[in-house]
Amino acid sequence: MVEFLNNLLSSFLPDWMALLVVIVLKIVAIVLPLILLVAYATYAERKIIGYMQVRLGPNRVGFKGLLQPFADMFKLIFKEIVIPAKSNRFLFLIAPLLAMGPAFAAWAVIPFDDGMVLANVNAGLLFLLALTSLGVYGVILAGWASNSKYAQLSALRIGAQMVSYEIAMGFALVGVLMASGSLNLGDIVMAQSGSIFSWFVWPLFGLFLVYFISGVAETNRAPFDVAEGESEIVAGFHVEYSGMAFSIFFLAEYANMWLISALTALMFLGGWLSPFQGLTFLTETPVIGLFFGNGIHWLLLKASFFMLLFFWFRATFPRYRYDQIMRLGWKVLIPVTLVWIFGEGLAVALGWQPWL
Amino acid sequence: MTFEQIIFYLFAGVLVIAAAGMVTVRNPIYAALCLILSFFTSAALWLLLEAEFLGIVLVLVYVGAVMVLFLFVIMMLDLNLDLLKEGFARYLPVGLLVAAVVAVEMILVLQSGPFGATQPAAPAPANNTEALGEILYTDYVYPFEIAAVILVVAIIAAIVLTLRRRPDARKQDISQQVQVRREDRVRLVKMKAERSGKEA
Repeated sequence: MVEFLNNLLSSFLPDWMALLVVIVLKIVAIVLPLILLVAYATYAERKIIGYMQVRLGPNRVGFKGLLQPFADMFKLIFKEIVIPAKSNRFLFLIAPLLAMGPAFAAWAVIPFDDGMVLANVNAGLLFLLALTSLGVYGVILAGWASNSKYAQLSALRIGAQMVSYEIAMGFALVGVLMASGSLNLGDIVMAQSGSIFSWFVWPLFGLFLVYFISGVAETNRAPFDVAEGESEIVAGFHVEYSGMAFSIFFLAEYANMWLISALTALMFLGGWLSPFQGLTFLTETPVIGLFFGNGIHWLLLKASFFMLLFFWFRATFPRYRYDQIMRLGWKVLIPVTLVWIFGEGLAVALGWQPWL
Repeated sequence: MTFEQIIFYLFAGVLVIAAAGMVTVRNPIYAALCLILSFFTSAALWLLLEAEFLGIVLVLVYVGAVMVLFLFVIMMLDLNLDLLKEGFARYLPVGLLVAAVVAVEMILVLQSGPFGATQPAAPAPANNTEALGEILYTDYVYPFEIAAVILVVAIIAAIVLTLRRRPDARKQDISQQVQVRREDRVRLVKMKAERSGKEA
């Protein structure tokens, strides 16, 4: 379909313009579903945590509250954006955009199915690491530009936290790249094909745990959400934000959660590969084979499972103390990854399974 | 004009403006942000040259880590610009001298050797992350390891320089706190009911 569109456009447009139009259309095709996913993640979170706490959750707007995200959105759009006195107006307004940009740009290299990717970059993994490390600017600048001590404290907390957890996260990804022998996300997924036992989650279980824990810390979700700690610093870096400016931070946070979920699924659980791979009696049956075979729905299911874990953590764990967060990052997670990578290096050098 | 050229001029323009802004703006936060922008756009230019590893690592290391710490420090300082500008006239001759030396050096370097080549000596390999890795760990493995050791020594030296023991300071031993078990803190006491009534 993409080729057909390309041919159609290049018949009456110059080449570069046709290219641009196709790329923009692809971006829209990724971003629109993503925003819907983000909107419904907020609904799912309230509903799931509601049920966990024996409440009903939102149930007024639409059938079972299904239109709640739209109600919230309209409310936020029509609210006034208050710019605090003596704040830095330019940075105050640009900070939410800096938070949201990387959260969405990272999806450029995410493969949704075999070959279904916006930019099939060789160094996709590095690109992701680079972009996720940019998200911190939005938060730091928001904290500083607000001219509020709560926001400033939160910016300091989150800056140190994200820089620290990026190291553990990067090391966990080094393990993945050693196992797959490639930095391209499509190749990483294909290296896990075979059966459910070829997924990297089994040989790299420790790195998988480290990666997801650091992911939770990177997205500032409970139990690592000290940047928002309501009890001590009100709401953290976005105290002074209202209306759309606030909701963009919100959007970025949930887009980042989806990103971490999708990445964990891609790198450790075989992405779009079906867990029933290799069981031919299931995957080759005409109708149910569509479900049991490989496809984008598996990536969605796996990512949704990790989203559920995010919500579950939030409903279960009390918030960490800040120094304990730092200790966990530096003194527990990083040593675990170092030892694991050393062991994996030995395994690769000696030619052990599954890296033959 | 091809698509690539349009992108190149776009990024090059932003890079020049950001670099000029970095040295001219008054607000130090803006200067740091301009520096970040210029790092970012030069990384984009490297990507256009198909040096994706260098481009991404520039973003990862400088934009993602080093400049975050820069911003941190600048935000924490209460900068007094007047104090910083006090010695301007006094330092001007030295500054001009250094600038002239750097300019001459740059002209000499740019006019010589590899910079004169119109074509690169060898075409860039398609996957230059892999190619760089192979060269780094085979041909240049000793220099690479030595550089790594020097960096480790520098880290340890920096930590040792800032580490000071303060016997008077109170602090918490987190590992001890984390290892606390329920039995250490909670004592269940079995008590006999005072009255054996039905009102409870």
